[in-house]
Amino acid sequence: MSAEFDISQTLDVKGASCPMPVVKTKQAIDDLEAGEVLEVVATDSGSMSDLDGWAAGTDGVELLDQVEDGDVYKHYVEKTA
Amino acid sequence: MSTDTPAASADGEPLTEAELQARIEELEDKVATLETDTADDTKKMTIVATQGTFDMAYPPLILASTAAAFGWDVVVFHTFWGLDILHEEKSKDLKLSAVGNPSMPMPNALAAFPGMDSMATKMMEKRIADNGTATIEELIELSIDQGVELQACQMTIELMEYDEDDFYDEVTVGVGAATALQHMAESDIQLLV
Repeated sequence: MSAEFDISQTLDVKGASCPMPVVKTKQAIDDLEAGEVLEVVATDSGSMSDLDGWAAGTDGVELLDQVEDGDVYKHYVEKTA
Repeated sequence: MSTDTPAASADGEPLTEAELQARIEELEDKVATLETDTADDTKKMTIVATQGTFDMAYPPLILASTAAAFGWDVVVFHTFWGLDILHEEKSKDLKLSAVGNPSMPMPNALAAFPGMDSMATKMMEKRIADNGTATIEELIELSIDQGVELQACQMTIELMEYDEDDFYDEVTVGVGAATALQHMAESDIQLLV
């Protein structure tokens, strides 16, 4: 799958389970500039719902897309502010 | 609030310009205060952690570190056995209780034998590692790094004869029920674990 946005950084949280995908995503987002997109690669199936919920409840981030790719779940999060 | 205040003083005389100006300033101050009060929409959560077993240490730590990732203001108030989570040494050696746990694949009579708690804990630790679940130590560090306030109840520190120096450096001591209640009253979410 090729994303239609520029990815600034990729966070690999494969093998990590709740709450790590969300917590690590938040930490990685903190290091980005506004407008940059973080790709999160996870194997935790709960990350689909959790990252969606986190992005909806958090200011300054937007979940652009979520892709299930075999055993891997990819999330694209933009830092908006 | 009355919106039809007549533009006259109590004695029926029309208000002077200076009096009106003062009234406007007074109202502007009020609006500014109200705006400040409502602008702070940061969610708050208070968790009271009372248990010090391996399994009961996880929920407060997972919820606290995740809430911090949402940017919430989080306080975890530790009391009674919950203090063990803040104890640097004990937190690395919390035990799962094999007795009285219906999910354990052994009868209570067997679970009560010496060494069974350690065995049950070892089994659980292996499953946690295999599952990629964070350790208690990792979750404590994450919580501290993200600004979760870990409080230790002063009364139970003394009751259980703990030395404050044995807790993680970032732990807040010298707090009691009133401090916990104050944060709970301001919180959107309050949990007792």
